[in-house]
Amino acid sequence: MAGKTLYDKLWDAHLVQQREDGSALLYIDRHILHEVTSPQAFEGLRLADRRPWRLDTNIATPDHNISTDREERAAGVDAIPDETSRIQVKTLDENCESFGIREFKMNEMGQGIVHVMGPELGASLPGMTVVCGDSHTATHGAFACLAHGIGTSEVEHVLATQCLVTKKMKNLLIQVDGELGTGVTAKDVILAVIGEIGTAGGNGYAIEFAGQVFRDMSIEGRMTVCNMAIEAGARVGMVSVDDKTIAYFKGRRFAPTGEMWDRAVSYWRTLQSDSDAVFDKTVVISGSDIVPQVSWGTSPEMVVPVTGSIPRIEDEMDPVKRQAIEHALKYMGLQGGSPVTSIPVDRVFIGSCTNSRIEDLRAAAAIAEGRKVASTVKQVLVVPGSQMVKAQAESEGLDQIFIEAGMEWREPGCSMCLAMNADKLGAGEHCASTSNRNFEGRQGNGGRTHLLSPAMAAAAAIAGHITDVRSLKQGSMA
Amino acid sequence: MKVFTVHKGLVAPMDRANVDTDMIIPKQFLKSIKRTGFGPNLFDELRYLDEGQPGQSGRERPLNPDFPLNWSRYQGASILLARENFGCGSSREHAPWALEDYGFRVIIAPSYADIFFNNCFKNGLLPIVLNENIVSDLFCEAEQNPGYQLTVDLPHQRLIKPDGEELSFEIDPFYKQCLLEGLDEIGLTLKQADAIHAYEAQHEIDCPWLFHAIK
Repeated sequence: MAGKTLYDKLWDAHLVQQREDGSALLYIDRHILHEVTSPQAFEGLRLADRRPWRLDTNIATPDHNISTDREERAAGVDAIPDETSRIQVKTLDENCESFGIREFKMNEMGQGIVHVMGPELGASLPGMTVVCGDSHTATHGAFACLAHGIGTSEVEHVLATQCLVTKKMKNLLIQVDGELGTGVTAKDVILAVIGEIGTAGGNGYAIEFAGQVFRDMSIEGRMTVCNMAIEAGARVGMVSVDDKTIAYFKGRRFAPTGEMWDRAVSYWRTLQSDSDAVFDKTVVISGSDIVPQVSWGTSPEMVVPVTGSIPRIEDEMDPVKRQAIEHALKYMGLQGGSPVTSIPVDRVFIGSCTNSRIEDLRAAAAIAEGRKVASTVKQVLVVPGSQMVKAQAESEGLDQIFIEAGMEWREPGCSMCLAMNADKLGAGEHCASTSNRNFEGRQGNGGRTHLLSPAMAAAAAIAGHITDVRSLKQGSMA
Repeated sequence: MKVFTVHKGLVAPMDRANVDTDMIIPKQFLKSIKRTGFGPNLFDELRYLDEGQPGQSGRERPLNPDFPLNWSRYQGASILLARENFGCGSSREHAPWALEDYGFRVIIAPSYADIFFNNCFKNGLLPIVLNENIVSDLFCEAEQNPGYQLTVDLPHQRLIKPDGEELSFEIDPFYKQCLLEGLDEIGLTLKQADAIHAYEAQHEIDCPWLFHAIK
């Protein structure tokens, strides 16, 4: 019999019941809640007079719609100016209070973007099943969790039963061998993968990222990669456990200690695909071929190397794709054939669950240090992913580097990634963004998003247009 | 949840690939704490010429005359014809809520994003997968014939065209059952409480660090 993949092992370890119709009951170890996708689930529980099955698996925090402005945040939840946002955050507070769920409140140490605060608190740990009403939950797969986004009906189902009714996915191996060149980051790797397999390439699959490039990558880099599995169509993205994984969790707030730690570690070390495991599909990419990437269009697969040009409609033969390119060029206000470095930048956003961790901020600061934001750039937002990231960055003086460069240092939250708060683009504005989606209107009605790495975003802020970060000399932080 | 058996309705085309959930229901409408009322803001940025805000009445807003759902011939449509990878992007269940609230009961496309696909079945919305060429033919027929209607027969897994031609479609038996019976999934799962308790007891023995850690 063939060996098991990492996904197979995690699936088997959490299987409560396999049904004849192909569906299964899967046990959930960690459920993370936020203000946007939970209120209707709590309401459903109340209407049916149900209670959460197991309180200590749930953890909550507000992140999506809260202000990142220092003064507005300091004024507290009651002072949130937008009424619908205020009601939503207060509803989360009230629901957590009344059902007894541990919440890290808006201004509490520990608060942050769900996929930043979960790992850093050790609330998500290797080998867990992790779900959240947010499609970027795959982030937690970076340390061998079976983690994925769910809808609000499923949020209610997990609260009430501790299980998810689901079907097993197929296995997709994405192997990136070799070494990355200087200035090439985790973000460039995942954008290149999406460019290669397309936004629907992973539909129906759980992805395992393997190969030297991921072994060499930090846990935070692996989180950036797994975070965007959904942009390749896959709900799940995973990397197996190694020494880096174990070192990352040592001493985290909710991680086990003492003898329990040793037991956990010996289990975590088994979280690898067997050498004879069979994948339904395999994609192999050479790491040394990847250069910094930039998205030019309105889908994450519309990505080109920074050295490349914006595609021409006439070069595409497939009629549906041609139409998509035509739509995207029109929306983005771009000319096919022009170099991607010719795109001017109106605003820059450094943040989001993809790229707001301390290593991301260090990489951006290394570029910003001793430089000034171009006069044509209206705003550069630097938004740490959590209170803990913010505190760490400030202790390293990164906030001062950003401020001296002419950037804004903000409070933790999702911010301009999805523009549910006041941080948004104006119509027609181009944004160099470290976030994960370049859909039409995503960062503000009519806004034009270019996805790239934190270092590339900082370089664009300095240059005033998309630029190859490798052409800039790095500051002393590098 | 609404029961779905047989549905006959007007077909409207949404002729672009990779329609994402931000397009289906933009973020400013996700601040609602309700499950209903999203219909007026379905495809908001494509449907209206101004930027929509929660709580605004759609009737006073300028409509985009180029958007098919605004055309008189597609008023009252309940079957949406779409292209590949429909519903990609976020996990927001507000997307199927908006489609359902607008009046759609069926979507026909060559493929869907996984989370969106799954969310549809929780809301009485049937996403049918058909071969790309068949979908292209349906686009032609719907566009050429005003008032083009299809009958969707879920029990027999077939679509019936106006001329009586039948097309069969595949659907997972589990999903089919959910729609046919409008099941309360939580209630059904809770009938397995003994199995969940048994699993949980063994899980705590195997992985005790996963229990009582969050304080």
